[in-house]
Amino acid sequence: MLTISNLHARIEEKEILRGINFEVKPGEVHAIMGPNGSGKSTLASVLAGREDYEITNGTVEFNGKDLLDMSPEERAAEGIFLAFQYPVEIPGVTTVNFLKTAINEIRKYNGQESLDAAQFLKRMKEKAKLVKIDDTLLRRSLNEGFSGGEKKRNEIFQMAMLEPQLCILDETDSGLDIDALRIVAEGVNKLRDEKRSFIVVTHYQRLLDYIVPDFVHVLYKGRIVKSGTKDLALELEEKGYDWIKAEVDSLEVA
Amino acid sequence: MSSIENTDLKNQLIADFQTLQTQLNGKSLLPVNQLRSEAMKNFAQLGFPTIRHEEWKYSNVSSLVKQNYNFEASSDFSNKDLKEIHLPHLKGNVLYFVNGVFHAELSHIESPGEHLQVVPFAEAQEKMPEVINRYFAQYADYKNDAFTALNTALAKDGVVVHIADNKTLEEPVILRFIGDTRKEDVGSQVRNLIVVGKNAEVKIAEAYRTIGDNKYFINTVTEFVLFEDARADYYKVQNESDKTHHIGTTQVYQQDRSYFYSATVTVNGGFVRNNLNIVLDGEHIESHMYGLYLPTGKQHVDNHTLVDHRKPNCQSNELYKGILMDKSTGVFNGKIFVRQDAQKTNAYQNCRNVVTTDEATMNTKPQLEIWADDVKCSHGTTTGKLNDEAIFYMQSRGIPKKEAIRLQLLAFAEDVVSQIKIDSIKEYLEGLIVDKLASLGK
Repeated sequence: MLTISNLHARIEEKEILRGINFEVKPGEVHAIMGPNGSGKSTLASVLAGREDYEITNGTVEFNGKDLLDMSPEERAAEGIFLAFQYPVEIPGVTTVNFLKTAINEIRKYNGQESLDAAQFLKRMKEKAKLVKIDDTLLRRSLNEGFSGGEKKRNEIFQMAMLEPQLCILDETDSGLDIDALRIVAEGVNKLRDEKRSFIVVTHYQRLLDYIVPDFVHVLYKGRIVKSGTKDLALELEEKGYDWIKAEVDSLEVA
Repeated sequence: MSSIENTDLKNQLIADFQTLQTQLNGKSLLPVNQLRSEAMKNFAQLGFPTIRHEEWKYSNVSSLVKQNYNFEASSDFSNKDLKEIHLPHLKGNVLYFVNGVFHAELSHIESPGEHLQVVPFAEAQEKMPEVINRYFAQYADYKNDAFTALNTALAKDGVVVHIADNKTLEEPVILRFIGDTRKEDVGSQVRNLIVVGKNAEVKIAEAYRTIGDNKYFINTVTEFVLFEDARADYYKVQNESDKTHHIGTTQVYQQDRSYFYSATVTVNGGFVRNNLNIVLDGEHIESHMYGLYLPTGKQHVDNHTLVDHRKPNCQSNELYKGILMDKSTGVFNGKIFVRQDAQKTNAYQNCRNVVTTDEATMNTKPQLEIWADDVKCSHGTTTGKLNDEAIFYMQSRGIPKKEAIRLQLLAFAEDVVSQIKIDSIKEYLEGLIVDKLASLGK
C-alpha cells in the first residue's frame, strides 16, 4: 500500500528526515516511536503533504502512485488521513458542513455521486455512535472551544466519516487523560480491518497498550534505527531511549 | 491647502445651483431654500478635499472631481430592466430611485397614513412641511463637510419617513437606488430623513447598485432622529460598478433609551466612502454598528465611523470586517468620543481584516478620545492573512485549497451578514457574497 524509500526532507536549512525506508501493507498497524525532535511528526506531515517541508531525496508510493506529486487534498481523496496533533479551530464552519463538503469533494475526485442529505445524516449517526461523540458538538464550529479530548475524538470521528485506507495518527495521545485516551483508542480499534492500515506516531508506549501495533519502528535523528514487534515498545517503556541513542551515536562516531 | 480649487466638477455644481435658484419662483425665502443657499456657500468655500485633509488621507477623490457628470440624466429604466437587478422576496415598502429620482410606477408604499409616513423627499416639502422645516439638515454637518454641504444644497430626492410616537412600521422600508449609466456619465444626490418618534420603531434598508458601463457619482446623506425609546434598524448595501464613486454619510441623533442597529455592507464599488456618525445625546442609549467590505480588483472602500457619547450610561458596540482581495485597498477610521458627562459609558470597537494577496492594503485607525473617568472602552484592529494551518487542515480532509479559502472567508463574512434582520436583504447579500467569493483564485 505505502512504500517509503530513502526519504529525505528538510525545513529551511535543517535536514530532518535523513533516509527513511519502510513499507505498510493493507491491514497493518505500524507504530513510529522516538525521542523528541527525532522527526516523527515531520514524517506524518510529509506524508499528508504539508508544504513547509522540502523533499530533497527519495520516493513515496501509495497504491502504485507517486504520493509526493500530489496536493494534500488529492492525497486525502486517494485515501490518506492525518489525525492532527493539534487540530485546528475553524470559526464559523460546523463539523457537519465541513465533513459534508469534504466527503463530497472526495467523491467527486473519485468519480462518485454526492451523498444526499439523508445518506450523509445516516452515515453521521452511525459513525458518531461508533466513536462516541456527542451530536451537539458536531453542530458547533469545528473544534472551536472544544476541550483537548473533544478535539481528538473529533479527529477520530472525521476519520470514521471519510473511511480512509491509510490513517496516520500524529501524537493522538498527547494531552489526553487516561479515560479520553481509552475512548479515542476504542474508536480507532473499531475502524481497524484487513484493508485499512495505520501509522501511529507516539512518544509514549501508553497508547500502544490500547492500539496494539504489528510493527514498531524507532526514529532517531531522521532515520529508522530499530524495528521490531510490540515487544520493542515495551522495552522502550522500561529502558527509555538513551540506550538506542547511545548505540546510534557510537556508530556515528566510529 | 487641503481642498481642490476650481475643479471641473465644482464649477459645474456651482453653476447648477445658480440655475436652480432662478427656477425657485419666489420660494427662495422658504427656510429649506435658505439652508440650501447657505450649504452651497459652504461647499464653494470648502471645495473638494484632497489627501492633505486629515479625514481624506487614504481616499483620493481627484479622479472624481476632474470629471463632469449629468445630474439631470434621463433614464428609460422600466419594469423590464428590473429583472436584471431582481432582488427576490422583497416585502414591505419598496421605493425605487433611478439616477436619484423617485419612480412611483416601480414602487410600492404599504404603510401610508398620518402616523406612518413614507414620502419621497421631492414631495415632502409639500406634504409634510413641518417635518422638513424642523428636522432637515439639522444633524448632518453641512458646515465643515464638503460632500454633505453639496448634498444639502442640491439633493432633489430620496425618502422622508416619519413614524409618530408609539407607532411601529411593521414592514421594512427598502430603498433601491439605481444608477443607470447605460447612456452617459451620471451624477446623483440622494437625501433621506428618518424621524422616529417616542417609543416608535422602523427598519430601513438602502440598497445601491448600477447598470451600464459609464461613470457614476453618487453622493448620499441620510439623517436619523430617534426620540426617547425609539428603535431603528438600518442596513446599507452597496453593489455598484467599478466606475462608481460613492460618497455617503449617515448621521444619527439619539435620545434617551433609544436603540440604533446598523450594518453597512460593501460588496462592490470602485471608490466607496461611508461615514457613519452617531450622537448619543441621552442616557441608556444603545448603538450597534456592523460593517463588511469585500473589495476586489482595484476597488477602494473607506469606512469612517464616529460615535459621540455625550451623556452617561450608554453603550456602543462596533464590529467591522474586511476581506481585501487582489490589489484592493481599504480604510477603517473609528472615532469614539466620551465626553466629560458621559460617565459609565461602555464603548467597544473592533475591526478585523483578512488580506488575500500581498498587493491588497488595509489602513486602520482607531481614535478614542475620553474625557470621563468612569468608563469601559476597548478597541482592537487586526489585519492578517488567512491561517495557513487551517487551510492545510481542510485540504488534508480532501477539500481543495481554493474551496478551503472560500469556506473560511464565507464564515468570516457571516458574522456580519447574520446580524441583518430583514430576511430579503440578508438572502440577497448572502447570494452576492457567495458569487463574489466564487471568483476568488480563478
